[in-house]
Amino acid sequence: MLGGAFSRPDKLKVFWKRCVDEVMNLGVNSMGIVFIISIFMGMVITIQTASNIDSELIPKYTVGFTARQTIVLEFSPTIISLILAGIVGSRISSELGSMRVTEQIDALEIMGVNSKNYLVLPKILGFMFILPFIIIYSMVLGLFGGWVVGMASGIISSADYIYGLQYWFEPFSIFYALIKTVLFAFIIASVSSYYGYYVKGGSLEVGKASTKAVIWSSIAILFVNYLVTQLLLID
Amino acid sequence: MSILKDISFKFDTGKTNLVIGQSGSGKSVLTKCIVGLHDVDHGQVLYDGRDMQSMSNRKRKTIFKEIGMLFQGSALFDSMTVEENVIFPLSMFSNMTRDEMRDRANFCLKRVEIFNKNNLYPSETSGGMQKRIAIARAIALNPRYLFCDEPNSGLDPKTAIVIDNLIQDITKEYDMTTVVITHDMNSVLEIGENIMFLYEGENYWQGDRKSIVSTESKAVNDFVYASKFMRDFKKRMV
Repeated sequence: MLGGAFSRPDKLKVFWKRCVDEVMNLGVNSMGIVFIISIFMGMVITIQTASNIDSELIPKYTVGFTARQTIVLEFSPTIISLILAGIVGSRISSELGSMRVTEQIDALEIMGVNSKNYLVLPKILGFMFILPFIIIYSMVLGLFGGWVVGMASGIISSADYIYGLQYWFEPFSIFYALIKTVLFAFIIASVSSYYGYYVKGGSLEVGKASTKAVIWSSIAILFVNYLVTQLLLID
Repeated sequence: MSILKDISFKFDTGKTNLVIGQSGSGKSVLTKCIVGLHDVDHGQVLYDGRDMQSMSNRKRKTIFKEIGMLFQGSALFDSMTVEENVIFPLSMFSNMTRDEMRDRANFCLKRVEIFNKNNLYPSETSGGMQKRIAIARAIALNPRYLFCDEPNSGLDPKTAIVIDNLIQDITKEYDMTTVVITHDMNSVLEIGENIMFLYEGENYWQGDRKSIVSTESKAVNDFVYASKFMRDFKKRMV
């Protein structure tokens, strides 16, 4: 499928518009759920960390430091991507699957349009473009959620939390997170497109394809997460 | 397993050519082979002497641009409005400006008698309208060949005849080679100028709408006179 998708578009202007549409459909429309999840997870991570540090020997700013490391290294890039594998993956798979069973993909082919290039490639490129922005947005919201709950509950002062966020910060962690994110976006869009594009049958099969797309995208994300972490973080 | 056997048939230009037969006789497979959605194991599909099977994908595309197709379920793009559906092939394969494409789309929609529905989505229109919009999209690029897969399935008899007549009128008007896949006897009797009867994957009989009612072929008679009404009608005629 990818061989057919990664080819020269029939018309660049139309292709460009399709990419922008997919950025909106797959990315911008996911911002709401990412907002809610990130804020609340940031709050919970901060409370959990604070409640598990009861030694006077451990400085308070460790709460901010731990929240930052957890959110930047794993929560935002991996957990949000897994959640989006469910939301965006099932959306891609069911959209393409419905187009297949209602002969819309056949209609494109008969017109002489490269349907893989027209339908699949904009989804892959659009999602690979927008997911890093979503993940940065999630990181900011998660850290903000932690600050809010720290202030509201009094478990950590603003100064300690912010100091913790800045403490021993390595810009490479952001690079590592974004590298993972781009790979996850490719996995989600391509695996889901594959299951949707090759659906045979009716609405029942479209549903099954969506489920398979989510399962295999999630497994692939977890596996690639392990590989990338091993490669980039272990010297 | 071979689905189609020894089929040789010429579709006439300017006529509505019908491929008929029972469900499972291979009509849809035959159409998909003709339009290049399925590859055939043996034989040739010739478009005015051009063999589609032996062509590269690039050359096939030139033939695809000459083909319009009406699918059984209309296959309109449900994320696009009626007007965008008709404009779509123009935007992909013509160098028209936006206004020219809009004018052409409006012309095609008027030709199929769709008025003031440009901004609706296909799901907001009736089944009969969807078929007509699909015809408008199919003729937008002035195709030389028009394929219609069960064009009046799911339609009431009156609307079905409107669609049949529209297909026939457009065929004459644009001098196209039109192939209609159907198992609807009303369509056969209304627009059947050149008919191929498929039976168990073979070209079993061919003729026109006049000869199909008087043929001695048992398989064809079983198909044509399947209903009690038609059998009684035949008895009265005899």
